[in-house]
Amino acid sequence: MSETFSGSRGLTLEQPLLFEQDSPGLTAVDLPEPAAFEDRLGGLARTTPPGLPGLSEPQVVRHYTRLSQKNFGIDSVFYPLGSCTMKHNPRLNERMARLPGFGDIHPFQPESTVQGALELIDTCAHWLKTLTGLPAIAMSPAAGAHGELCGLMAIRAALEDRGQPRKRVLVPESAHGTNPASAAACGYEVEAIPANARGRVDLGALKDRLDGEVAAFMLTNPNTCGLFEDEILDIAQAVHEAGAFFYCDGANFNAIVGRVRVADLGIDAMHINLHKTFSTPHGGGGPGAGPTVLSAELAPFAPLPMVVERNGRFHLIEHAAEAGDAKPFGRLKGYHGQFGVMVRALAYMMSMGSDGLRQASADAVLNANYLMARLKDVLTPSFEGPCMHEALFDDRFLKDTGVTTLDFAKALIDEGFHPMTMYFPLVVHGALLIEPTETESRQTLDQFIGSVRGLAAQAKAGAAESFKAAPRFTPRRRLDETTAARSPVLRWAAE
Amino acid sequence: MRYLPLTESDRRDMLAAIGVPSVDSLFRDVPPAARRDQPVDLPSHAGEMAVERRLSAMAARNLTGGQAPFFLGAGIYRHHIPAAVDHLIQRGEFLTSYTPYQPEVAQGTLQYLFEFQTQVALITGMEVANASMWDGATACAEAALMAARVTKRRKVLLSGNLHPHWRSVTATQLRFTDIAVEALDPDPMGIEDLIGRVGSDLACVVVQNPGFFGRLADFRALSAACRDSGVLLVVGVAEPASLGLIEPPGAMGADIVIGEGQSFGVGMSFGGPGLGLFATREKYLRQMPGRLCGRTIDADGRPGYVLTLSTREQHIRREKATSNICTNSGLCALAFTIHMAMLGGAGFERLAKVNHANAVALAQRLAKVKGVRVISPTFFNEFAVTLPKPAAAVVEALAGRGILGGVPAQRFYPSYPELEPVLLVAATETNTAEDIDAFATALGEILR
Amino acid sequence: MSEMRYTKDHEWLRVEGQTATVGITDYAQTQLGDVVYVELPEPGVILAKGGEAAVVESVKAASEVYSPASGEVTQANQALVERPGAINTDATGEGWFYKIRLTEPAQVAELMDQATYDAYLAELG
Repeated sequence: MSETFSGSRGLTLEQPLLFEQDSPGLTAVDLPEPAAFEDRLGGLARTTPPGLPGLSEPQVVRHYTRLSQKNFGIDSVFYPLGSCTMKHNPRLNERMARLPGFGDIHPFQPESTVQGALELIDTCAHWLKTLTGLPAIAMSPAAGAHGELCGLMAIRAALEDRGQPRKRVLVPESAHGTNPASAAACGYEVEAIPANARGRVDLGALKDRLDGEVAAFMLTNPNTCGLFEDEILDIAQAVHEAGAFFYCDGANFNAIVGRVRVADLGIDAMHINLHKTFSTPHGGGGPGAGPTVLSAELAPFAPLPMVVERNGRFHLIEHAAEAGDAKPFGRLKGYHGQFGVMVRALAYMMSMGSDGLRQASADAVLNANYLMARLKDVLTPSFEGPCMHEALFDDRFLKDTGVTTLDFAKALIDEGFHPMTMYFPLVVHGALLIEPTETESRQTLDQFIGSVRGLAAQAKAGAAESFKAAPRFTPRRRLDETTAARSPVLRWAAE
Repeated sequence: MRYLPLTESDRRDMLAAIGVPSVDSLFRDVPPAARRDQPVDLPSHAGEMAVERRLSAMAARNLTGGQAPFFLGAGIYRHHIPAAVDHLIQRGEFLTSYTPYQPEVAQGTLQYLFEFQTQVALITGMEVANASMWDGATACAEAALMAARVTKRRKVLLSGNLHPHWRSVTATQLRFTDIAVEALDPDPMGIEDLIGRVGSDLACVVVQNPGFFGRLADFRALSAACRDSGVLLVVGVAEPASLGLIEPPGAMGADIVIGEGQSFGVGMSFGGPGLGLFATREKYLRQMPGRLCGRTIDADGRPGYVLTLSTREQHIRREKATSNICTNSGLCALAFTIHMAMLGGAGFERLAKVNHANAVALAQRLAKVKGVRVISPTFFNEFAVTLPKPAAAVVEALAGRGILGGVPAQRFYPSYPELEPVLLVAATETNTAEDIDAFATALGEILR
Repeated sequence: MSEMRYTKDHEWLRVEGQTATVGITDYAQTQLGDVVYVELPEPGVILAKGGEAAVVESVKAASEVYSPASGEVTQANQALVERPGAINTDATGEGWFYKIRLTEPAQVAELMDQATYDAYLAELG
């Protein structure tokens, strides 16, 4: 079926596994053989070699260059994944993280030799606290889900300190899956709160479920339908009157940076995904970082380690005994958090400044509303009114076409766009969640709009078969996920 | 503002297309009391040069590994990273892509994850590995939770030779669950009795090899005892370079192997980001946390890769997921896998040998310094010594002489006065004979 | 063949004397898509009506199977472990999950009969 002898097609190159390119004995790293010495392995030397393949440097470089060419990235395409904030990743961030003074330092060097690193953490913390208006921050969480765990653990520790740990965490139906998973990891039962017809939390249903056993309410704001929770002050009041804490999933912070004071919304804890709002690269799935801002009431329970400044010198508090009156709930992460990610985020924040961040959230919201305005007559928007930084549609526009949300998204790949987020949030049928971010030009948005409108017309004209066949111009076409899951092959093995 | 492509006229036209007078009207759902009308009290935007100047000044206040003879380890190791690694991971198609949920446009990421999983399984001697976790410490906590799921038991035992951060992260993460954590005292002399504590109440025993204080252990007898009592043996590897030279955990009967992969391709970066390694036996696959990449075929019958078994994960299982984690450490896994590909079998072994040779040379040289005693009978590239003075003060004095001379053990265990004289010292392929000489000479002078 | 009974969660139950066979309905398998994995109860396990009995997973969804009636599991359909696709091709035949010795046979009458279940499905659209 291949049109060429090699299987490659011009710029679309086939590349076998590393293990299929083995020339035993080759290496791309030259190291001198050490002089004879008496080992100290105590008889525990490896008895069989691990079986890693041998390659030279040019082979390795070509291998990974070819693999990279099979990927979409923000650098090459519009990547409007809702809830993921795929904005441009500035290269200055990368250069700064690679300064030897940041990249080549060890977490356990004497404090006197890492004052600049501690200053960096402290400065990054200052920016994030100022942007949210909350007084304290835990810098160590490694990702959004880790930040959720951090916030919930601080909440649980605070409640236990009051002598009442409580039993339940309330989470909207539209929440990211990490919310209930984090609550469960913190020993809480999870109860879902339905959305109202306007795509927001059903305040009445929430009030009905708020009792003396509710520890926290977790809310994403703007929510996963791309809407600002306009009753948030009433929500906060109800949560607090029940003696519970209000946790905010900050995944969508990009919509409101510099324009909304999180503290004034009544929020007690919120994680911030540095890899979303603050432009650090997603890297094919991490590493990210999820620093978590905390209210004054939760601050004493923040985890170790923490950086403090005394008389112009920075200190690292690594043990509860050094933390004074504070009662840290423990340690969430090895060493001092995702330092390299903090460097990148700070480089971004300094580049944008308070004025630029405010413009960025405005442009992110503007871009999303522009897409909504130009697409609402051909797609089916799930809710009325302006959206925030992402536009949510459902699959009613595909009714009776034989085309599904998945098919539609796969056809966009052939148009040279990464698909939007699909089938999330769960509160609408066949969701298509489009987040353009502020770093896309109007020309890009117009091209995308052109493709989406064209595809919508095609779907309605009865071209289901061509949608089912998409994508056609990718290195691989649709993959058989059923076979992958029924008989998992998770590693290469010698024949 | 160099990252923002919209012009003022774009903004005007787009507002007109939307049919609103200003951007502010798009924020109408925000309660007025919480709106900010003015920029926050932080500096205004800045060009590349200004940012670079400010951050470079901060960076310059740190003493880097390249500026000083360097002997720190304790879970983070300074290794040489081949130039090609950093070049390749900065290709935009890797750096700026998302988790590979759309496999047709992410075969690059998926294939390297498949290769990564294979490499991790091979070097640890295990059957399957996942696509990485956040770091060694969080992988350790996940292993304890997984052991509790597999055995349906509610207690885990942590060795005193396990990295103290892995211990405290595990204890923290399990704090609000119904699983009890017993952490044994730090054990620099290697005298703790684990076999005697193995019983049918335990979900798992978590050990580390090489141990936190450097010594190597043979866990075969412990593994047999665990098997007899239905307890899982979890083996941590904080320095995976050791696996080029020493028997891997899989060969010693480990049920779960966790590790910190930072040594390969990922710089020290003040300890983060790192790379959590996680491998196990195939029969426990369904209980394993984290993402997995698997091989399959596409619509044309060609081989390809997808994320698979995702029903274990939070985005499907929500509160019943095996773990709350969503991201892994994709780019660090890429760096690891490229470095490992460059080393190959021969380079992996050679690297381990050079590390061990340098550590042996360092141990021999330090042992000649008056008052210094090497207390690790066996080791790979890191060992513990006792000093006649508090180790923390000695390390400060060494830093004053421009030498980064190890990690005082008491930094992790302030309430154990017996650890006050204990210093952890590591050597890697980056150390020269001159470094070792400078260290030993300075140490001799400080202890005089 | 004896009469089929149904739950609102789309499990079916077929009584054969003191024991009954349990599975998920054709509607349920359609909703799930290609089944890739099942977790079955061990023989000897005592199940309460409405209690979690098994897990069934497709590529994108996982769901619990709740026991339609109380009793002791006498047999699990091990063939499903190797060939979970049988649930898609023959949900009420080869795709059965487990057999149970009923401890409260009166519970069967509380379940929907074919006509009621058909009406229930029509209501779901």
